[in-house]
Amino acid sequence: MTNAAVHMEERLHAPAHGAVATEAVHAKGQQHPIKLYLVVWGWLFVLSTFSYLVDYFGLHGYLRWSLILLFMMLKAGLIVAVFMHMAWERLALTYAILLPPVVVLVFVSIMVLESEYTHFLRVLFFATPS
Amino acid sequence: MAETVLTNPGQSPAPLEGWRGIAADWASDQRAFKNVSWGKAMMWIFLLSDTFIFSCFLLSYMTARMSTTVPWPNPSEVFALNIAGNHMPLILIAIMTFVLISSSGTMAMAVNFGYRRDRVRTAILMLVTAAFGATFVGMQAFEWTKLIMEGVRPWGNPWGAPQFGASFFMITGFHGTHVTFGVIFLIAIARKVFRGDFDVERRGFFTSRRGNYEIVEITGLYWHFVDLVWVFIFAFFYLW
Repeated sequence: MTNAAVHMEERLHAPAHGAVATEAVHAKGQQHPIKLYLVVWGWLFVLSTFSYLVDYFGLHGYLRWSLILLFMMLKAGLIVAVFMHMAWERLALTYAILLPPVVVLVFVSIMVLESEYTHFLRVLFFATPS
Repeated sequence: MAETVLTNPGQSPAPLEGWRGIAADWASDQRAFKNVSWGKAMMWIFLLSDTFIFSCFLLSYMTARMSTTVPWPNPSEVFALNIAGNHMPLILIAIMTFVLISSSGTMAMAVNFGYRRDRVRTAILMLVTAAFGATFVGMQAFEWTKLIMEGVRPWGNPWGAPQFGASFFMITGFHGTHVTFGVIFLIAIARKVFRGDFDVERRGFFTSRRGNYEIVEITGLYWHFVDLVWVFIFAFFYLW
């Protein structure tokens, strides 16, 4: 049996021996009450409805964008934290996976500057602005 | 610390928490991710790389949309449908969102029943998840057909900025491909679960290793990621 399999077997069968709460969770292999999943599921539906309503009521400008981003981040957070069990993983994994995507924001800011510059040149030389 | 790295992590003394825990985990011998099997760690790392791929698509879409001097087509109107005489903006996309969220819920349930070693319920829930996924891809095929009939092409469309088509087909096409592979992955694992492979520890066909119910969670990670990507596409491409 591989190392990983041995590890798993112990997590599935051995009684919870961890001193810390997270250890006890892992001893059973990510066992959480079904109610938690149902509550998160319900919230995902509610948040999706809200983001659809943003479009349905035709909100626009900064109100629209901030609401879209708010509902998006809440949904993403719920999915990653509960459905993907990130909330119960050790911080070494959490930070290794969640920090690199944040650095994408640097790329975003570079491309925002770049596209504004491109837009400026296009307005200047080619077309009427929109 | 020497003791910790030599024994099985499952039997080691209570690991450190917080920043000290991160430093200890990353500085330790053999493995940085305690409590996580190699399969799960590798799925997470794959998903991280996939995040970068979709980030690049959404970034190129952002750049195209911000730099064009031609008005961007209004997604609310482009994706509107007339249902029973009512003009519903963006309704198809909303339904697709709900279908994908439902599938994420059934997947989470499947993982839960998997760890309870409930073979039949796990397999059924995984197949329900796969059915939701297939429904999603079907609706996407309908959406693509509708847009292509209306004259949307990667190089132009009747409503505005020509980059709309390229962004749309690239982003939703890549996401739809991910959903399709997810459906295949789900059906393959559901078959193994239903057959009882993880109860009798049958050896895998390709790997000759004994599997266990953790593969349900790993499949679930991939599936939830597909849903996660849709959350971002829905916000940035369809709602913005």
